[in-house]
Amino acid sequence: MQIKVENNKAWFLVLPVFLIVAFSAIIPLMTVVNYSVQDIFDPYTRYFVGTEWFKQVMLDSRLHEALLRQFLYSFTILAIEVPLGICVALMMPTKGRGASLALILVAIPLLIPWNVVGTIWQIFGRADIGLFGAFMSSIGVDYNYASDPTDAWLTVVLMDVWHWTPLIALLCYSGLRAIPEVYYQAARIDQASRWAVFRYIQLPKLTNVLIIGVLLRFMDSFMIYTEPFVLTGGGPGSSTTFLSQSLVQQAIGQFDLGPAAAFSLVYFLIILLVCWVFYTTIMNMQKDK
Amino acid sequence: MAAITLNALAHTYTDNPTKPEDYAIREMTHVWEQGGAFALLGPSGCGKSTLLNIISGLLKPSNGEVLFDGKRVNELKPEERNIAQVFQFPVVYDTMTVFDNLAFPLRNIGVPEYKVKSKVYEVAEILELSDQLKRKAKGLSADQKQKVSMGRGLVRDDVSAILFDEPLTVIDPQLKWKLRRKLKQIHEQFNITMVYVTHDQLEASTFADKIAVMYNGQIVQFGTPRELFENPAHTFVGYFIGSPGMNFFEAELKSQGEKETLMFGDHEISVSNAMLARLKAMGANKVTLGIRPEFVHVWEGKNSDAFHVDVDYVEDLGTYKILSFLFHGQVMKARLSEDQKVPSGQIYVSFPEQWTKVYVDDYLVEVTDATVDNDKTKEIPHAN
Repeated sequence: MQIKVENNKAWFLVLPVFLIVAFSAIIPLMTVVNYSVQDIFDPYTRYFVGTEWFKQVMLDSRLHEALLRQFLYSFTILAIEVPLGICVALMMPTKGRGASLALILVAIPLLIPWNVVGTIWQIFGRADIGLFGAFMSSIGVDYNYASDPTDAWLTVVLMDVWHWTPLIALLCYSGLRAIPEVYYQAARIDQASRWAVFRYIQLPKLTNVLIIGVLLRFMDSFMIYTEPFVLTGGGPGSSTTFLSQSLVQQAIGQFDLGPAAAFSLVYFLIILLVCWVFYTTIMNMQKDK
Repeated sequence: MAAITLNALAHTYTDNPTKPEDYAIREMTHVWEQGGAFALLGPSGCGKSTLLNIISGLLKPSNGEVLFDGKRVNELKPEERNIAQVFQFPVVYDTMTVFDNLAFPLRNIGVPEYKVKSKVYEVAEILELSDQLKRKAKGLSADQKQKVSMGRGLVRDDVSAILFDEPLTVIDPQLKWKLRRKLKQIHEQFNITMVYVTHDQLEASTFADKIAVMYNGQIVQFGTPRELFENPAHTFVGYFIGSPGMNFFEAELKSQGEKETLMFGDHEISVSNAMLARLKAMGANKVTLGIRPEFVHVWEGKNSDAFHVDVDYVEDLGTYKILSFLFHGQVMKARLSEDQKVPSGQIYVSFPEQWTKVYVDDYLVEVTDATVDNDKTKEIPHAN
């Protein structure tokens, strides 16, 4: 069949999308790509270095450690926040004034800016003037996030759990509200246990919101910067130095723009890969056998 | 399997009920016998689903008791009552396979796996789901999902009764018919008490041996489809059952010396003398008369016993025609058989005495020796 082309004006209609995508994603990303394959001194003095920076980044043991630390951190907070968020959602009241009150209370941590969260916990955890720190020392625990790596880790994790569990809880709460009452009635008729109700009615209906929740929390936690920077500055030593902070140290602290750019690209690809693997696995699990 | 007795049962959703209208279920006593197939028929909002949920235990009645085989079960939770309930919208456990869905109620009560297997296969066979057992329930069509919901009620040996809450609402018309037949078969095979809630009289009469007609939170009549048709105990039954419903008109009891007559305007409507005596004894002056369109006699020619009325219009419904006529200013309907001549202009109609029903305050007035079907034991449940 021959299609007669009248004119090509339709292309103008997709132009805005091209422009937006170009300016929001492609051009900034290409800048990074540019830096990652060249050694740039000034706009007129630059040398093509090929995969040099990538090799350097891949072999950097400090970055290996930061990457490991980063994975450990992301999985820890996910392992805590997801179950905890579901529990909170299950316990939140569904009717009356209690429901609105619970929603507001749960949502409060989400409204606080990142650097303020860091500051809050920095003070909260101090043994001299902080409530948490003072409480820990009063019960005889030698707690000091500024000098002890374990305590620093604990504080950073606790801070994130406090800050972001509400997001999972709210997502799950909305998911739970969407389950029709008749499912619970049918389950009672079928003599299902509380666990069976959760496992076969609530959890399946929460899958979709949980996918969004886990993806959001993984990406955000994998890129975490502000809170640990304010709270511990990456220390003690480099025990709470995560990938973003390493990147910033490299790019702004040492002004090694080449390796930093290569690092950024690898960083970006890791996040993309993990999200893709996670999403495809979940989707495959849901498919009809 | 059990007989279900509702004893002085009433239910209200308000905290301080003061008038009868506050009750979703007005005080009623009713028995569903063991092994019967019953329909609970009524318009939306008449309390059908409320009544069903009270039987299954999902709702606690405000007053009265629910008895299974004479044992009070008010305090028992639904899971302890051994009741199966199929809801309007199919409920399946999405992530499970069809097999696991059917096995679910059995596994919940700890039935050994080999028994689960044989029972599930048996039920799947009956419901024609055998080739779907390995599929995830999520991907099933609406009617298959509804079959799975029903199947979960059938796998258990211990169910006292299966309650259906308008289960075929979301099913396509052709499949509706098939599933209804399936239910009927299952009923014959298992001999379980079944209560089927619907607002569709055809569905009710094809499924059930006996139909309870519900209106404003009360069961106004409980009888076979034929009884409901021939002898409606309440004006609502006359109106709701049949298509079109019963013709109703108000008549007055007038005394002329010793003799009583029932007058509709200046027309005398003939009823038995026993009925006239009964009405007089009741002191009822105003009565409602009802006659089914099927029983209105349309005369071809002039007839001195018949009333002279004006034809309004004739509706052709394919196999039969519905004649609308004006009788003393009131529109009434008569059903014409296929071969009957289509009348026009002025015609003559008469109301056979045996099919002219008399209602006082919406309830049927019966005179035992004058009833047609000789069913003297039939009770008319008065709920209030």
